[in-house]
Amino acid sequence: MTRLSTTFAAPRPSLVCFITAGDGDTAANLDALVEAGADVIELGMPFTDPMADGPAIQSANLRSLGAGTTTADVLRYATEFRARYPDVPLVLMGYANPMVRRGPEWFAEAAAAAGVDGVICVDIPPEEDDALGPALRAKGIAPIRLATPTTDAARLPQVLAGSEGFLYYVSVAGITGKQQAVQASIEEAVARLKQSTDLPIAVGFGVRTPEQAAAIAKVADGVVVGSALVEICGEYGAAAPAKLRELTAALAQAVHSARQEQVA
Amino acid sequence: MNTHLNSFRTQPDDRGHFGQFGGRYVAETLMPLVLDLEREYRKAQVDPAFQAQFDDLLEHYVGRPSPLYFAPRITEELGGAQVWFKRDELNHTGAHKINNCIGQILLAMRMGKTRIIAETGAGQHGVATATVCARFGLPCVIYMGAEDVKRQAPNVFRMKLLGAEVIPVTSGGATLKDAMNEGLRDWVANVHDTFYIIGTAAGPHPYPEMVRNFQSVIGKEARAQMLSRTGRLPDLLVACIGGGSNALGLFHPFLDDPSVKMLGVEAAGHGLDGDQHAASLLGGSPGVLHGNRTYLLQDEDGQITEGHSISAGLDYPGIGPEHAWLKESGRVDYTAVTDDEALEGFQLLCRTEGIIPALEPSHAIAAVAKVAPTMPKDSIVLMNLCGRGDKDIFTVAEKLGVEL
Repeated sequence: MTRLSTTFAAPRPSLVCFITAGDGDTAANLDALVEAGADVIELGMPFTDPMADGPAIQSANLRSLGAGTTTADVLRYATEFRARYPDVPLVLMGYANPMVRRGPEWFAEAAAAAGVDGVICVDIPPEEDDALGPALRAKGIAPIRLATPTTDAARLPQVLAGSEGFLYYVSVAGITGKQQAVQASIEEAVARLKQSTDLPIAVGFGVRTPEQAAAIAKVADGVVVGSALVEICGEYGAAAPAKLRELTAALAQAVHSARQEQVA
Repeated sequence: MNTHLNSFRTQPDDRGHFGQFGGRYVAETLMPLVLDLEREYRKAQVDPAFQAQFDDLLEHYVGRPSPLYFAPRITEELGGAQVWFKRDELNHTGAHKINNCIGQILLAMRMGKTRIIAETGAGQHGVATATVCARFGLPCVIYMGAEDVKRQAPNVFRMKLLGAEVIPVTSGGATLKDAMNEGLRDWVANVHDTFYIIGTAAGPHPYPEMVRNFQSVIGKEARAQMLSRTGRLPDLLVACIGGGSNALGLFHPFLDDPSVKMLGVEAAGHGLDGDQHAASLLGGSPGVLHGNRTYLLQDEDGQITEGHSISAGLDYPGIGPEHAWLKESGRVDYTAVTDDEALEGFQLLCRTEGIIPALEPSHAIAAVAKVAPTMPKDSIVLMNLCGRGDKDIFTVAEKLGVEL
């Protein structure tokens, strides 16, 4: 059992929270997320050219890089997080170039040493898995893939082959933080994905409120919230932890109890 | 003499790789589209009707074939090799960019796409895209860095006259790479109806191959024209490189002619010793950006750094992946010339041949001015004069201290 599989094996759905490393007081922000009920942490590696991200996460990337955040800093945040939270799954999410800059083996080794459980690389599709996947698997780090509304039945097996940890369903064809998908389309997609894989399925993109999160948690194994949290980091800076705690607690409550309400 | 086993013209492989370069490094949302684009392009390639329509538009709308011109006075002034120009600056819209736009918009219509997007730096590709959209009646959105919108006001007005919507991009450094990021964001959010006309031989497969093939009309014409006029092949081809589409267009049809040497000219900006240049091959290192693995300007953490060139069209921190491969294979040599040298090249061509070149090919002229004098008088240098300089007169005036 890995930290990821243990977490997703719980009877209740999981709340997956994303923030960008180096945007504000990262350690304090991460503490706020975990203490308020986040089950899995996605820590964004900042990149100058976040092509798949909307304005909120773009700005967070630039704030982080503007503050001088380096790859070494991101790995240090991970290492310190692991020391504080031995059991909470930690996933690095970002773009290929910072991950492969010193070679995929270097990155996999460093991430493993930092206690990272999984890596989501936005711009390495299954077709380019060689660029990073084998190095991650060799170090026991889960390469977490994305499935999207454009991933059709013919393509899905290729996406699933080599996927580990969980499958991240991107519920809208678009960039992060924009509109939310129609609930019915999410339910249909999750049901379709569940027929093809035993991997836990986490749904994200455009999820901002406890109500949306609860609706998704009724059908999915996890709900990913990013831009709404990142906006708090941007707006409140050093005062972000208290606000993050507030939103995360509401999201966690909604996600964790989503199926109880259904049963009741 | 050449067999397919040692041909330089059979790249990329079926995964879109040029050796270790190229590929399809895009988000999953775009991956099915990129695969669909490749399938449709393969069908179009073998469809005589598609090729006939492309050829017809190039002849009657773009004005091809462009002339092959022997330049007597610059040859005399340089005192070495004969200098010839492929006159792609005489194309409709004033640059080679239109060749590729014609090909891509025909493909877009063939695929049933009803909305066109593109990125632009100096505005030449934006103008060419807006032009073909007007010609075929398709709505057109051009992403352009806010800095470039300010610097290239005449081209912004041209695009608007042609009916395009120009969206200034304020993220990042607000230049070409940021415009490309925004183009990719638009595409990922509008996958059902939108075709992205990428302007250079970069981006995810099949773009680098497809753009090269559409631009190869330059080299195919030049090769036939040179054989017909002189009975021989040139000794050296020279072209400037930003993303590299005009250079590949000229070089590719000659790659398996072993006697023909080739020189790609990057923008050295204020010099390769600092960070104020746009020479990805000579001053960068391999990495992944905008859908392909290629040489990039980047720091030790893989963060992309802002290039600089006097020419907005060369001011991009990457380069087409086929150039990265051609460099590593040794088939093509690469050099770089500074802003100041390009300005001298610009003036040299104005003065000796009565041609006002764009600042992009002015870099190639500067390289020709260095290399031609070292070559025998019976040798031939062929340079791609890929754009005309109307758009650049304000920049040049400012650099020369002239008030307009």
